[in-house]
Amino acid sequence: MTLEASASLLEIRGLSKSFPGVKALEGVDFTVRRGEVHALMGENGAGKSTLIKVLTGVYPRDGGTFRLDGVAIAPRSTKDAESVGISTVYQEVNLIPHLSVAENICLGRQPMRWGMIDWRAMARRAEAALARVDLKLDVHQPLASHSIAIQQLTALARALDVEAKLLILDEPTSSLDAKEVEELFQVLRKLRAQGMGIVIVTHFLDQVYAIADRITVLRDGRLVGEYETAKLPRVELVSRMVGRELTKMKAVERGTEAARHAPAPEVLLELRQFGRPGSIAPLDLTVGQGEVVGLAGLLGSGRTETARIIFGIDRARSGEMWLGGKKTAFRSPRHAIQEGLAFTPENRKVEGVIPHLSVRENIILALQARAGLLRPISRKRQGEIADEFIKLLGISTPGPEQAVMNLSGGNQQKVLLARWLAMQPRLLILDEPTRGIDVGAKAEIEKLVQSLREKGMAILFISSELEEVVRGCQRVVVLRDRAKVGELAGDAISEEAILHTIAGSSHAR
Amino acid sequence: MKPRIASQYIPLLATAVVLATLYGAGCASFHNFFSLRVLVNLFGGNAVLGVAAVGATLVILAGGIDLSVGSVIGFTSILIATLVEEHHVNPVLAILLGLVLGALFGAAMGCLIQWFELPPFLVTLAGMFLARGLAFVVRPDNLGIHHAFYAERINRDFALPLNSQVSWPFAATCFVTLFVGALWLAHYTRFGRYIYALGGDETSARLMGLPVARTKILTYTVAGLCSALAGVVYTFTTQNGDPAACVGKELEAIAAVVIGGTLLSGGVGYMAGTAMGVLILGLIQTLITYQNLNSWWTVIVVGLLLLLFILLQNVVSSLSGRLDSPGRHG
Ligand SMILES: Nc1ncnc2c1ncn2[C@@H]1O[C@H](COP(=O)(O)OP(=O)(O)OP(=O)(O)O)[C@@H](O)[C@H]1O
Ligand SMILES: [Mg+2]
Repeated sequence: MTLEASASLLEIRGLSKSFPGVKALEGVDFTVRRGEVHALMGENGAGKSTLIKVLTGVYPRDGGTFRLDGVAIAPRSTKDAESVGISTVYQEVNLIPHLSVAENICLGRQPMRWGMIDWRAMARRAEAALARVDLKLDVHQPLASHSIAIQQLTALARALDVEAKLLILDEPTSSLDAKEVEELFQVLRKLRAQGMGIVIVTHFLDQVYAIADRITVLRDGRLVGEYETAKLPRVELVSRMVGRELTKMKAVERGTEAARHAPAPEVLLELRQFGRPGSIAPLDLTVGQGEVVGLAGLLGSGRTETARIIFGIDRARSGEMWLGGKKTAFRSPRHAIQEGLAFTPENRKVEGVIPHLSVRENIILALQARAGLLRPISRKRQGEIADEFIKLLGISTPGPEQAVMNLSGGNQQKVLLARWLAMQPRLLILDEPTRGIDVGAKAEIEKLVQSLREKGMAILFISSELEEVVRGCQRVVVLRDRAKVGELAGDAISEEAILHTIAGSSHAR
Repeated sequence: MKPRIASQYIPLLATAVVLATLYGAGCASFHNFFSLRVLVNLFGGNAVLGVAAVGATLVILAGGIDLSVGSVIGFTSILIATLVEEHHVNPVLAILLGLVLGALFGAAMGCLIQWFELPPFLVTLAGMFLARGLAFVVRPDNLGIHHAFYAERINRDFALPLNSQVSWPFAATCFVTLFVGALWLAHYTRFGRYIYALGGDETSARLMGLPVARTKILTYTVAGLCSALAGVVYTFTTQNGDPAACVGKELEAIAAVVIGGTLLSGGVGYMAGTAMGVLILGLIQTLITYQNLNSWWTVIVVGLLLLLFILLQNVVSSLSGRLDSPGRHG
């Protein structure tokens, strides 16, 4: 024990890390104190996840030092990091889907008895760990049988199951709903009170202000600064991260305003009592050309299910669907794509990009599939399309030939979006397009949606962020408990009105 | 919640049903089928395959594949025969040497796969050629083992008499013991669970702080050991060493693993399923012999059965994907 035991738990000095073609981190300093929640902020590709992975030994570092409790450390694997007291939940839920919940929590530290795994003790230990995040499940079920939210909480329970001085959470809330987030924060507050240092990465500003004591901002792999949350107004934080998006959002707002007062557009998609028992009750819905229709509701209210039956992933069991004045029903997503529909799913890791292919190949994929394999798109044209979308969406990559798995999480999502936009669909269904991406990219995507609307595309916009729905949509359909409970249009659209409709209080109807 | 059969057990259940059906059909159609002798032969006659399949299960669970099994059997058998008969080495010593070499061979393949990130298919394919070649270098033709240890110990003293005519051969004991050991390894040791995790998702396993490199290398080492042990068991059952023995045994082993309900993509499966898979292959063979059909029919039936199981797995996994995932909400 040194006498001058400092207040800081973790000290990172001059950390640098390069990947081929990218300087992910350059001389970054980062300090976490005991008993604080520290938010690590920055746009997509700023280097947040890289910092975490280098600190925990997943990647080797190029330069810099780490001190934990005043002692120099150099973990060479996640396991090493754990043994010095750093417990981490990485950005994508990283667990083993086929194994049971209990095993996923205890793997690597299973209780042993007579030289054998003690399965009963393990189940008890897992239950105790889950109780810490206020979750009660049958721990013998395979992890894959649970929702992404529960998987995320399981990963957290695993991280809390070790004796740690420092807990790192890389976007732990991306799949949680408001209640689950609040529960998580309760847990974090308790740990903070016990003196644990906690690092959290998130793109939700509300959450930062709800939980973080201090904030460190990164931009393009460099340190921008370290701030007390209480002394940093939101606008300031956003401008530290990017600085130019607010005007863009204002422009979107004005554009929507104008569109809401324009004459009613020609209907492209019409659902009449379209539904499927168990996923969504029969509902009516129309989307016009050049119209953005929002689909709002809580997690689990049937938003994605609606998209899935429209797109032919699940078959509808009742009602009819009309597309461009023709009665249709899609047998499969392939069929829907041929008819000019596009759907960007919500969970980018499970159903999204193909990690080993390049950015260009990922973007071109659906387009080539539609053209047929016998009519290859020329390499030159592919390059042009890829470049166009890299620019349009601001995808941060050294070039179109970079493998998608090397991009940051948010940029992978943009690639996915580019794939569908390249198809120039008639109807675009966006399911949580801004989840897990930073403020800058959010504004970027909102603006893009706006310009697509101006070009006459019909867009169904699913989002849990009401602010976004209000800013960008001409009409909003509200769902609750897998049924449509209301529809708002024009000036009637406001966050408050949507909330009231969701909650079921009559005044907004 | 009502107890229901989780979808992951369905392939295992299907295997058990097929096994019971085949055995029942045999007993019903042939009056001397329901006998101790048939049962004992089933285990004794398929001991080599059984031992090899245990190793194959571990490798496949870990998300890999091992194509060198048959060649290592050939190599080990001829090595032991030559050492014992021509160089007068103590048979126990020769057997131990064979096992150690097999394990080292597996470890070497595992290291190549892990350190140089080479595809297991290619590395073990090279291993297959290498081991077969070495077998012929040791001795280009087969050689009977007449040592007293084989004639008196293995076949007389180590066999367990069950009644006046039938006794339980030592080879079958080897198979059953190894199987029990593997069952324990797969379900009650950390190493066993790491194998499942590795096959389930290697990146995640690494980020969970599991010893991925060690697990992978050790898995191939154990598999190499199993192949060598299969070679030893081969010398027990045939009293013979043969450089050309068991060509294609690895594919038979893989078939047994798949019929046993293990997914070729790794991470999902059960040791018990593999044991049943081995017995199913054995039963088909026996039934076809009883039926007096040409033995090629065995191969055809196995092929069809394999196809059936792959289809079944496909259906089950797509069903469970649909039923078990409330994951997508919105
Ligand atoms: N394994 C890798 N190989 C090559 N480049 C990489 C690799 N991992 C990250 N990068 C690059 O390093 C930069 C920082 O990425 P990082 O994942 O740290 O961003 P992030 O701040 O976590 O962003 P997000 O909010 O999108 O998750 C990006 O430009 C990314 O493309
Ligand atoms: Mg990240």
